[in-house]
Order: sequence, then structure tokens, then C-alpha cells
Amino acid sequence: MAKTISEKIIGSRLGREVNAGDIVVVPVDLCMVQDGTGPLAVRQLRELKRKGTSRKPSQEKDYAIYAPEKTFIFLDHAVPSPRQELSNSHRELREFAKKTGARLSEISEGISHQILAESYVNPGDILVGADSHTCTSGALAAFATGMGSTDVAVAMATGKTWLRVPESFLINVEGELPQGVYPKDLILYIIGKLGADGASYKALEFQGGTIEKMSLSGRLTLCNMAVEAGAKTGLVASDSVTMAYLREMGREGGYREIKADGDAKYERVIEVDASRLEPVVACPHAPDKIKPISQIKSKDIRIGQVFIGTCTNGRIEDFRIAGKILKGRRCASGTRLVVSPASRKVYLQAAKEGILEILIEAGATILSPGCGPCVGIHGGVLADRERCLSTANRNFKGRMGSPNSEIYLSSPATAAWSAVNGKISDPREVA
Amino acid sequence: MVLKGRVHRFGDNISTDLIAPGRYFHLRNNLPELAKHTLEDADSRFIKKVRPGDFIVAGKNFGAGSSREHAPRIIKLCGVSAVLAKSFARIFFRNAINIGLTVLECETEKIAQGDELEIELSKGAIRNKKKGLQLKFRPLPQVMLKILRDGGLVKHIRKHGGFKV
Repeated sequence: MAKTISEKIIGSRLGREVNAGDIVVVPVDLCMVQDGTGPLAVRQLRELKRKGTSRKPSQEKDYAIYAPEKTFIFLDHAVPSPRQELSNSHRELREFAKKTGARLSEISEGISHQILAESYVNPGDILVGADSHTCTSGALAAFATGMGSTDVAVAMATGKTWLRVPESFLINVEGELPQGVYPKDLILYIIGKLGADGASYKALEFQGGTIEKMSLSGRLTLCNMAVEAGAKTGLVASDSVTMAYLREMGREGGYREIKADGDAKYERVIEVDASRLEPVVACPHAPDKIKPISQIKSKDIRIGQVFIGTCTNGRIEDFRIAGKILKGRRCASGTRLVVSPASRKVYLQAAKEGILEILIEAGATILSPGCGPCVGIHGGVLADRERCLSTANRNFKGRMGSPNSEIYLSSPATAAWSAVNGKISDPREVA
Repeated sequence: MVLKGRVHRFGDNISTDLIAPGRYFHLRNNLPELAKHTLEDADSRFIKKVRPGDFIVAGKNFGAGSSREHAPRIIKLCGVSAVLAKSFARIFFRNAINIGLTVLECETEKIAQGDELEIELSKGAIRNKKKGLQLKFRPLPQVMLKILRDGGLVKHIRKHGGFKV
């Protein structure tokens, strides 16, 4: 029977045919936790390994994990640590990594999803992460999904997880994205169409001429936000773009061709004509409250803070776009620009290309790579009644600080041009 | 088993940011403290009103967003015996089962703030005697029922020495 990408990856790992709806226990190729979910996973792992009914503290061997070299601990949410409680969590995770041999990604390295894409995930892998945006790696044709600390602790201990093979939605995108319209606009548009729970439990497969021509960076942006429609994961078939990316990262040996069969069964097919799209923003307080920029810009929506970064849009391609717009310009008075590259690699590249210089001259505050502001932990926490335009994936009430603040979401181009104007602005004006 | 309690009513798309706000990120290793802020941004009085055994009743997509398992954990710590919603976000649903918090999918439109409910888990029945209300909830998938009956995922794995689903 013809297979979707999800059915192919899961079936191939099991060595037998699987179909949407099947409940399976699968081997996990990579698993990860971050500093927000890791300490709880460690506790669950110890509980799992505890002998009998003993309440005594675990022995060192009780930490044993199944495949240390494929287990990742990312320090990315609160880095460098802004508080003692979080420093203690970091210390605990460092000690755990040392004891078990799990790979530790230190505070200088950046956001888990970006690092996994750059350095570790291969097409055909199954990846579970205690972070909902684990689905980002689907851009490399890996089956990657977010779970909680306990699920990932069990995957760390046993090398396995249980899954329901998802039904898939085919998102077929044809046509060229117009000037000023980016993959972020495309995925926001799709989420607006599907709704915040429109793809609950499903896999989104992105296909079509637009996707084939799209950079891996753009594909990561699409798959990153699949969860914003409730999806289990987002996926793009592997192809020459994937191969070129892996080669650029020095690991072309990991390439495998993974694509859906032409006549695979999809629960829903959504056709998108990319050439008809315009820049969009997600309005407070949900990523599916999508408005076209043409409706928004006349409303004179003043912005106190612009944030460019995150696992959604903190890549070098995003910084090139922002740099081009901000070159020789300054942020409007009354508007702060906060910037955080997604990884050390991106940070370094932006420095080499002179983009950091452009951003600093434009008045930006550059943070080290990490998640901080997006999750309201530190580095740009919003005050009461403040408004932020962010390139992140979520704008839930209170996410970036005060529950009385407002978050809009957009592409890096819209964010950069809005920073210059001090209000939500149409990036096609500078394109 | 019959659960009895009062209803705390919430709307659609209650995110994990509303349940366990990011500004209390530093309390994640101190769940009793974090629990004092449960659902604070959705209803600041919830934490004062909630009593052991009470129910949370919501619309669609409850628990949307982040994978933070702290969200179902602090709901459970508040003494809530079950969350009833029209639908749940998948990670939250999985997390709830894994930690032994009862989550039930049912049509919740007719349930109001302050209602008193009786829930018979084995029969899949929800009743409100005063209003004469009778509702059915969707049965859990077998695999989840097994994990929930074993007392959560860790106990399931300990009991069977691995997945037995």
C-alpha cells in the first residue's frame, strides 16, 4: 500500500508495514530534554530505575541510560542562568550528563532544535524531545515529535517510545512567494486556515514546487510551527536541498531519500497558491489569529519591543533579511530591538558577515543564543500593557511576561521594518 | 470508581502558558510553589477556590502549546480529580495520562461554573443530578487506559519491565 512519510519512517524503523492509526512501540534514534524539562526527566528516570520499594536516594548506576551518545541535554531556555534556582537546575543537568555520558549542550551553544538540525538529525530518524517544537527536525525528513519529561525519560531509559502512527494532511504549495513574503508568512497563513487545533494528532506533510525550491532554513520554519495547528509533527521529504544542507554541515553521509509514495493516502489535502500570499501577522493571543498586513498597517499598531530570533526564525537566512532592511537605519524612538541568534554557529556567521554590526548600529540589543525572551524567562520580559512583535512561534497570553502584554508574530522582514517604523509595517515597502 | 466534585469552568484553547506561566519558570523544581500559580492567567481566583476533588471543565484544545509536564502536575497537586474538555492538545493529554491525572473528552457545553458532577469512570458516565444532566465521555485508547490503570507511565514500565501496550 502507498505510504506517507510518517508511515515510511516508522515502518522502516520497525522493519514491517505500518498504517495510520496503528499503535506501535518504536526504537528512538535521538532523544532530548532542555533545562526547563530536563530536571523533571532526570527525577522520573531515577524513579524508573529505583529498586523495589526503596526510598533511598538512587545510586549512580540508577541513572543508566540506554544510548548516551544519542541522548541530549540542552541548556538553552535560561542561558546564561538569570537566577540561582535555574543555576541549580543547570548544575544538576551537567552532573547528570557527566554521570551518564549523555551529550551536554552548554549555555553558549544555542537552541536545541537548531543544533539538532545543524549537527545531528538525519533523514529517517525518529526523534523525541521534551519540548513541543521538537517537530522542527521534520524539515530533514525525520519523524520528530514533542513529548513530556516522563515520556522522554522512558525513551532515555529504554531506547523506545510508543506512538500512534498519525494520519497525515498534505499541504501542497505551488507558485513563487512574492517579494516580501517568506516561509513564516506561509506557515502562519496555513495555521490560520487550519486553526489552533485543526491538525490535532496529525502529521503535516509539506509538498509542492514551492517547498522543493525552499531553503532548509525555510523548511525548518514551516515544520517548527506544525504544533501550532496541534499537529504531532511537520515533515518535508528529503531531496537535493536536504543533501546540500547536510553537506554544508559536513555530514552528507547521513543522507537517505525519504519521500511519500505518489498515491499515499491523506486525510486532508490543502492546496496553497504561494504567489497569492501577502505578509501576515498573528494577533494576540493565538498563533491562528492571522491578519494580512494590508489590514493591519492602517491601524497604527505601535510596538514597544521587536524580537528577532528563536527556533522559528533565528537562522542566518533570517538575519540576512533583517540586516538588509536595517542597514543604515535606526530603530524608531520608543521601540527596542532585541535579537538572539538560534545557535553559536548562526551567531558567528552573522558576525563574520557584518550583520551584527548592522544590527548594533540600528540600536539592537544582541543576546547570546537561546530561548529566553520567547518563553518570558529573561532578556526582554514584557511589562504590563506592553506590545511586542516577535518572530517566534507563540503569542499566548502572558508568554513573554506580563499577562496584560500583547504579542504579535511575523516574519523577520516584517519585524525589522516594523522596528524602523515603530509600528507594524509592510515589509514590501522596502523590498 | 465514582468521582464527585464542583466545576471550575474555562473556555477554549487554555494554553500551558496560562496553566503554568513562563514567568515562574524558576519554580519548576518546586512544584508545590509553582502550583500556587496554577491557571493564574486564566482565572486569578481559581487557586483560592479550588478544593480537593474538584473538576476543571473546558472547551476545545485544553493544554495547547508547550510540552511542560509541570502543567498537568500542578493541576493534580491542586487536588483536581479530573479535567473534562471538548478536546485536548496531544502532548498535554499524553502527559496527563503519564502522571495519572484523569482527562476526559466529552461535550462540555452544558456544564457550567459551580455545577456539581458525579463521574463514573468505569461506565463512562457524567451526571449532574440537579440539572438532570447525563453525559458520556469518549473512552480512552486501550494503550492509555493501561498506562493510567498502572498508575502512570513510570509505574507501567516498572511493573512490566518495559512497554506492554
